[in-house]
Amino acid sequence: MILTAITLGFILEKVILVSIILGGSLGIAMYSTWAERKVAAVMQDRRGPNRAGPFGLFQPLADGLKLFMKEEIIPTLSNKFLFILGPSLAMLMACMTSAVIPWGPNIVHADGSVFTLQVADINIGILFIFGVVSLGVYGIMLGSWASNNKYSLLSGLRAAAQAVSYELAMGLSLIALVMMSGSLSMREIVEQQHGFWDNGYFTWNFFKQPLAFIIFIVCSFAELNRAPFDLSECESELVGGYHTEFSSMKLGFYLFAEYINMFITSIILSSLFFGGYNYPGMDWVALHVSPLFVSIIGVLVLLGKAVAFILFFMFIRWTLPRFRYDQLMDLGWKSLIPLALFNMLVTGAIILAFQK
Amino acid sequence: MNIYQITFWILSLFTLAFAIGVIMSRNPINSVLFLILTFFCISGHYVLMNAQFLAIVNIIVYAGAIMVLFLFVIMLMNLNSDTEPQKNFLVQFAGVVSGGALLLIMVAAIKSSITGLEGKNIDLINSTDIGLIKNLGTVLFTTYVFPFEIASVLFLSAMVGAVVLGKKDSALKTVE
Repeated sequence: MILTAITLGFILEKVILVSIILGGSLGIAMYSTWAERKVAAVMQDRRGPNRAGPFGLFQPLADGLKLFMKEEIIPTLSNKFLFILGPSLAMLMACMTSAVIPWGPNIVHADGSVFTLQVADINIGILFIFGVVSLGVYGIMLGSWASNNKYSLLSGLRAAAQAVSYELAMGLSLIALVMMSGSLSMREIVEQQHGFWDNGYFTWNFFKQPLAFIIFIVCSFAELNRAPFDLSECESELVGGYHTEFSSMKLGFYLFAEYINMFITSIILSSLFFGGYNYPGMDWVALHVSPLFVSIIGVLVLLGKAVAFILFFMFIRWTLPRFRYDQLMDLGWKSLIPLALFNMLVTGAIILAFQK
Repeated sequence: MNIYQITFWILSLFTLAFAIGVIMSRNPINSVLFLILTFFCISGHYVLMNAQFLAIVNIIVYAGAIMVLFLFVIMLMNLNSDTEPQKNFLVQFAGVVSGGALLLIMVAAIKSSITGLEGKNIDLINSTDIGLIKNLGTVLFTTYVFPFEIASVLFLSAMVGAVVLGKKDSALKTVE
């Protein structure tokens, strides 16, 4: 039985780990809002937030305080329960994905006990992420329908159609990766990308599956509802999109969930394709510093890669204009899905050829 | 009663409560939401049987994709008035007959599977890794490969049908 192995120490360990991860994600998401405004300012030759604290660093705190203090308005004709459930679900689903991510190499204590920097090493880690991602759209759909506003409803429908369409291509692109690594466990996929160079080729999946990576990152933009695929909050057509009727912290949750999702997606992208906590020369480092520091360096490397991806997401947002809706659907169904299928076939053929 | 059984009973209670909620709620949106919760509980049962792959696929396919489309359609139909038109007697009668027939088939299937197990190798049923993805794939691509491929042809035909229906609509519009 799986449940008998649970002891008090185990629960305590996991609770601490979950608190650190959630706190860290919230903190990074908070400063992503600041970074987004700074990046936008730099790209548009402005100064950006620079009043609250040095370099405007306290701006996210001020924004959060403002959202908490604002008056809460629930439309009279809305479905009140679902109206509150919407943003809560968006936030919950954003936080749930972090459970299966391996944050760093295991810390082995002197007495032989192992502390894993992963909340749950389940053997279907990738599918768990897919499950949570596919549920993420409920927050937007329920909130938009419950607001009893036609612009919100249209936006919710757009978001749902977009999410369902791009999930397909996302899944198909990952099948090629899974075929190659032969495992669905996140920990194992990251471990296979150990170091940087092995057997005369790169170990990172990006160099083995470049097409899958491109498809996956395009689909993540769509799943995140970020520019150039942010059609569900297209303000020139839909007022404010799905959160038109939301005010105060419920609006804050929607906006904040997007940044948490962006952080988690960046972590997933770097774990699946860019080696996670692996880096060139890690074996040399492992020989020369204590095990605790090896783990800390691993976590920092992973976070560094994630920050690079977050910046990439921001550069794209402030560079590319928004797609038209039919272009979005054409790209998803007529380009990305056939490409992903093609990639799958080629990968299968290569694996078969190498086996013989 | 160990922790496994306690979890099973609590989960079963929730499953039945949500399933009753699906058919009892007046508002179709609430029905759909109850159905999603029911799927979650069923996934919980799969996890209890150590079939994690089935559990997560159940969530991805049913809760994540099919129910989103259900919700989609219901939102577009604007059925949010809590009153439901009274169905006529014939429709109600047909519903009772088909529902009863389904119940009969389910009971028969469960009964035959129980009697079929007698004298068979029970170890296979009790082994904890039967639901893991490796074993599932092996069984699906060896013993059950024919029904599996037939099912995929069925899905393909449904897809082609949907595309044909979509095409017909747009062709009519261009004629107008």
